[in-house]
Amino acid sequence: MNNVFVYIELENGAIADVSLELLTKGRELADTLGVKLEAVAIGEGLAGLEKELARYGADTVWTADDPIFNPFRTLPHTAVMCGLIRREQPQIVLFGATPVGRDFAPRVSSALHSGLTADCTQLVIGDHADPKTGKGYTGLLYQIRPAFGGNIIATIVNPDHRPQMATVREGVMRKEAAAKPGAGEVKAIDWKEYVTDADLAVKILDRQIEERKIDIKGAGVIVAGGYGMGSKENFALVHELAEVLGAEVGASRAAVDAGFAEHARQIGQTGVTVRPKLFIACGISGQIQHTAGMDQSSMIISINTDPEAPINRIADYAITGDVNDVIPKMIKYYKQNSK
Amino acid sequence: MKKQLKIVVLAKQVPDTRNVGKDAMTPEGTVNRAALPAIFNPEDLNALELALRMKDRCEGATVHVLTMGPQRAADIVRDAMFRGADGGYLLSGREFAGSDTLATSYALSCALRRIAPDVIVAGRQAIDGDTAQVGPQVAEKLGLPQVTYAEEVLELKEESLVIRRRLDHGMEVVEAPVPMVMTVNASAAECRPRNARRIMKYKYALTASEAAAAPESENARMAASRDYLRIVEWGAADVDPDPQQLGLAGSPTKVKKIENVVFQAKEARKLTAADCDINELMVELIASHTLG
Repeated sequence: MNNVFVYIELENGAIADVSLELLTKGRELADTLGVKLEAVAIGEGLAGLEKELARYGADTVWTADDPIFNPFRTLPHTAVMCGLIRREQPQIVLFGATPVGRDFAPRVSSALHSGLTADCTQLVIGDHADPKTGKGYTGLLYQIRPAFGGNIIATIVNPDHRPQMATVREGVMRKEAAAKPGAGEVKAIDWKEYVTDADLAVKILDRQIEERKIDIKGAGVIVAGGYGMGSKENFALVHELAEVLGAEVGASRAAVDAGFAEHARQIGQTGVTVRPKLFIACGISGQIQHTAGMDQSSMIISINTDPEAPINRIADYAITGDVNDVIPKMIKYYKQNSK
Repeated sequence: MKKQLKIVVLAKQVPDTRNVGKDAMTPEGTVNRAALPAIFNPEDLNALELALRMKDRCEGATVHVLTMGPQRAADIVRDAMFRGADGGYLLSGREFAGSDTLATSYALSCALRRIAPDVIVAGRQAIDGDTAQVGPQVAEKLGLPQVTYAEEVLELKEESLVIRRRLDHGMEVVEAPVPMVMTVNASAAECRPRNARRIMKYKYALTASEAAAAPESENARMAASRDYLRIVEWGAADVDPDPQQLGLAGSPTKVKKIENVVFQAKEARKLTAADCDINELMVELIASHTLG
């Protein structure tokens, strides 16, 4: 009882990386608290998954294995998760902040009236004293996340309600096989007790998973190049920086017209409007036609040889320099500092 | 649809997170909204457009906006009316202050019980918190099915909607029974602009508090004589809540600590191409989780 739970997400039958990352973190939390780590897999064809889950430290593997759980639908998943949590009373439940986790974790928290903190970047066990009542708590989960467009980092606690629930984005936590593997003991969830016919009300009519294509609209970080990149060959630098940062590549109209980049990447009045948390403008002068499509970005960094370039009026950081000099340095120092 | 479809759009007035100053947070760690410019949450505008398109296709359908917030949140109700909404509700009161997502969902669900819509549409998430929790939490509180990341309503059937939703690297078409809750993705159609004729008509729309603040004004006299100019204003008592589930008391999550990570200067910080400048910049971006 009062163990740490991790929801295991499956992608075409394979365990999602984010779930293994959460098991790694969950193992650490469970060890600190002196409790067990339990994985919860809801899907179809789950037999055998327990081996890999045990390798990442799962002591128990709960399974609800049936075609009705594949593909994912909100209501049956919520019913199973809520039923199991009510029965087993875990103190912590972790979900990947994926489209699936962000869809049904809030629903679970609402049904159980327990708090849920989205997109945590750190999870730590610690103590807490209520500033008003002075009541003390030990062994709470500190749920640490950026908020307010990344302007603040907030530490959230959930003192009086259980379980403490959090979602974490893929790639935020380290993934590492446990020093001592868990037992991986499989326990079947009595899901028929929890899922009702009403939970099957939403029908999936069609489902298409596409190849990853250019998606600058949804990107969190965009590296965009302008006419100042000089040539199509030089524009490769923009791609290189984007690759390293996990960003998408955008372009100004002048760069697209000059043939440096394809039209789907064009940002501005006649292109796409973007609102990423970070926009890096490389050799973009900042004509209004371009800035109209990106001035809502949370943070803008400009790289330009002209210190008076209009882009610098909306930039948070204005680097005066040659893109051929600055971009390789950004790549170098990002690599150096991120690991 | 066999009946006159009643659609409610959940909308939030949000601080423009691009312009955050030092006084943006209160000592208790909640947001000091008075100190920030306020805008219509971007994805709630996508939600409004999706709702208006349903109305365009469905005779007799109505679209109303429901927002919870301080008095000035009535601005986004008016904005929605300029763009095509029939009217709106403002849920406002001290009892709601300090709500986390769960307490917010509870308050909204109490108001929605009273309105009893067929379809509830919300933006996927708000830019001040990025949690994407309120839509699904409202759905759960009302016991309704949910469709998240909706992009387009493909078909309005007798008792259900066929909806295309965005997945990470793909899409899904689902059929969900009405009543239901939908959350709308930024990749859905952009909201139509304000209509000049509607602005002329609805600029006089007021909440009861706004009218009471200036009872002799032209707006108040206009609003008093025309029903469609009244923005419905509800306090906690109007939606019959369990007080224990409202505001700070109803919020399981508590803010323990707040750290400012980025100082938003109005002027651009000037850097050179020197190694030390670029290194410092990358360290800062990583530390603030802007990168990585």
